[in-house]
Amino acid sequence: MNHIISVLVENKSGVLAKIAGLFSRRGFNIESLSVGPTENEKISRITIVVNVDEDSIEQVTKQLHKLINVLKIQKLSPEQSIQRELVLIKVNTENKSRAEILEIANIFRANVVDVTKNSIILELTGAESKINAFEELLKPYGILEFVRTGMIACARGKKI
Amino acid sequence: MGKISGSRMLLKCLINEGVEYIFGYPGGKVIPIYDAIYDEKKIKHILVRHEQCAAHAADGYARATGKTGVCMATSGPGGTNLITGIANAYMDSIPIVAITGQVSTSEIGTDAFQEADITGITAPITKHNYLVKNVKDLPDVIKEAFYIASTGRPGPVLVDIPVDVQNALIDEQTKGEIDLPGYKPTIKGNLKQIKEAANKIYHSKKPVLFAGGGVISSNASSILTEFADFANIPVITTLLGKGSYPENKKLSLGMAGMHGTKYANMAFNETDLIIAVGVRFDDRVTGKLSEFAKKAEVIHIDIDPAEIGKNVKVNIPIVGDATSVLNDLFSEYKKLVEIKGKVNFDEWVNNVLDWKEKYPLYYDKDSNLIKPGYIIETLYELTKGDAIICTEVGQNQMWSAQFFKTLYPRTFISSGGLGTMGFGFPASIGAQLGRPDKMVFDIAGDGSFQMVSQELSTAVVNKIPVKIILLNNSSLGMVKQWQELFYKERYSHTCIEGCVDFVKLVEAYGGIGFRVKEKKEVREALKKAMEINNLVLIEFIIEPNENVFPMVPPGFPISEMLDHEKVKK
Repeated sequence: MNHIISVLVENKSGVLAKIAGLFSRRGFNIESLSVGPTENEKISRITIVVNVDEDSIEQVTKQLHKLINVLKIQKLSPEQSIQRELVLIKVNTENKSRAEILEIANIFRANVVDVTKNSIILELTGAESKINAFEELLKPYGILEFVRTGMIACARGKKI
Repeated sequence: MGKISGSRMLLKCLINEGVEYIFGYPGGKVIPIYDAIYDEKKIKHILVRHEQCAAHAADGYARATGKTGVCMATSGPGGTNLITGIANAYMDSIPIVAITGQVSTSEIGTDAFQEADITGITAPITKHNYLVKNVKDLPDVIKEAFYIASTGRPGPVLVDIPVDVQNALIDEQTKGEIDLPGYKPTIKGNLKQIKEAANKIYHSKKPVLFAGGGVISSNASSILTEFADFANIPVITTLLGKGSYPENKKLSLGMAGMHGTKYANMAFNETDLIIAVGVRFDDRVTGKLSEFAKKAEVIHIDIDPAEIGKNVKVNIPIVGDATSVLNDLFSEYKKLVEIKGKVNFDEWVNNVLDWKEKYPLYYDKDSNLIKPGYIIETLYELTKGDAIICTEVGQNQMWSAQFFKTLYPRTFISSGGLGTMGFGFPASIGAQLGRPDKMVFDIAGDGSFQMVSQELSTAVVNKIPVKIILLNNSSLGMVKQWQELFYKERYSHTCIEGCVDFVKLVEAYGGIGFRVKEKKEVREALKKAMEINNLVLIEFIIEPNENVFPMVPPGFPISEMLDHEKVKK
């Protein structure tokens, strides 16, 4: 089962390596990872999606807590949080397919961020399933490049 | 305000932390630090002969004294030679601070001469580590390093200092400050849980206390002993827990597990409540996990929440420092007794004591050959248990654990988690320096000792009067034992007969050595060694085929123990 863990860490060099190392040496696979600064420049947020069972997620969290630079860990349930990913997709438009592609983009509310004679780059944000669906629909036209961020997530409501 | 170099500042910070000894070895990228050490009077530097032993010595010092040990090495190979020692301290949760030199900040990442990414390499085997890129951070880092190493669940911290940072200038008056927003170990246990635990104990029928290294490192042995005696609960320990409850007491069941006592393992099998304190339910203790203590509920007290529920299902978890939690638990338990009356576990205790009498640890006392059990029991008698015993790893270690009754905390020093051959001798050097008032023995095997025999030089030069009890069976005995029992006696590379004359070896270094071949000489030889205030090595030619029993075969439940009798059949 996929679990989303949101980790606040001190923004110091080597912290990401320590976290990634912890996952690999305890035998946990990271499905996706995204790192960025927060409103406080001394603190970064790492959102990790990890596929493990319930007992293991407990152990992962406890082990993460032991890292000195880890400040706070939040386990986010899929229902009680908003999840988003961002994707940039470069699609082939050589076969006079641009109009059709634009129509799909429109339905998904994707943005066109670059157009050339024979290619187009679309930008889409959304939950994992939406992005997967978008990808499936574009596949027949020829995806030249597919660039996807890790998931970021935020708990619903005022609670932080 | 005067300015001093980073190196001088480092020493100033170490003195501030109460450091008496640095175990180390110089090299190109720590020359500025060694230059500062040259005329430093307040700290004594002990020059080892291999960096691994610097880490082990710091480890032994920390175990014997409870203070944080310090070791130092240069960049590259100096640092990588520390690795085994750091990993050893990490597995056994021992507070050491390792200081390494690094190539200058401008050269980092260029594969410079003697460069190694030591913070990267040690990330999985340290509690925390630092690369100090600016001299202004140095006082904070040293302060934090000692704080992290010695608090919470202790462990090694490495501080990597580039050579230009060692030379850079800093205001002499700069004071280090701790700023660790993400590090807050829980000391006090949750009172609700503790009350529930007291209640659970009160209503149990067959409780056991199970004490580990956490009891020693928290200095909780006296409160544990008081509690066990008051409540009349038998005490089982791990290898690292030896000394948390006096092993000459009636309620002591000694060590459990693969080579533990039969009665301790039987008690685990029958108990309905394990009160575990500062243990991690290692596989060497539990045997086949699914069969371990099937009738028991578990109260698990540990300062590290990640240990609770890691291997064994826990009914009442209590996160906190062993001393604090045991104090609270004891007072809650006393309250129950006051209100509801005393319970006694007499029936259970008598049961356990019957096992203790019926299945004692065994060696053939009538044999004419020198049995290791005889040497160690005699050593116990002669010292009355008032000595620090360090061990190597393998058969010598298990015989020591079995036959030397540990009466006091911090007097049994052994590599538990990592099982590092060659640990005992350098650890005994550190222990002896930390506890000059105690007699320190290293119980060694001929295999382990040869991994670190160069430290004879360190001991002799620094007049460190460690007594080495070398049990020579001309083999790498523990592996040979497995080969005998599980690999059809195919002794692949475990027979190492006649490789060195140990007596001549110790004499070559300027120490005193003698050899004992006859059983009747054992007692006199030990007495003689105890009277010599110098490094002394006694080589005992022991019965070469003696194995360690009882033994739980790997992968078996701890209820299924092999003993001398079963193997003979």
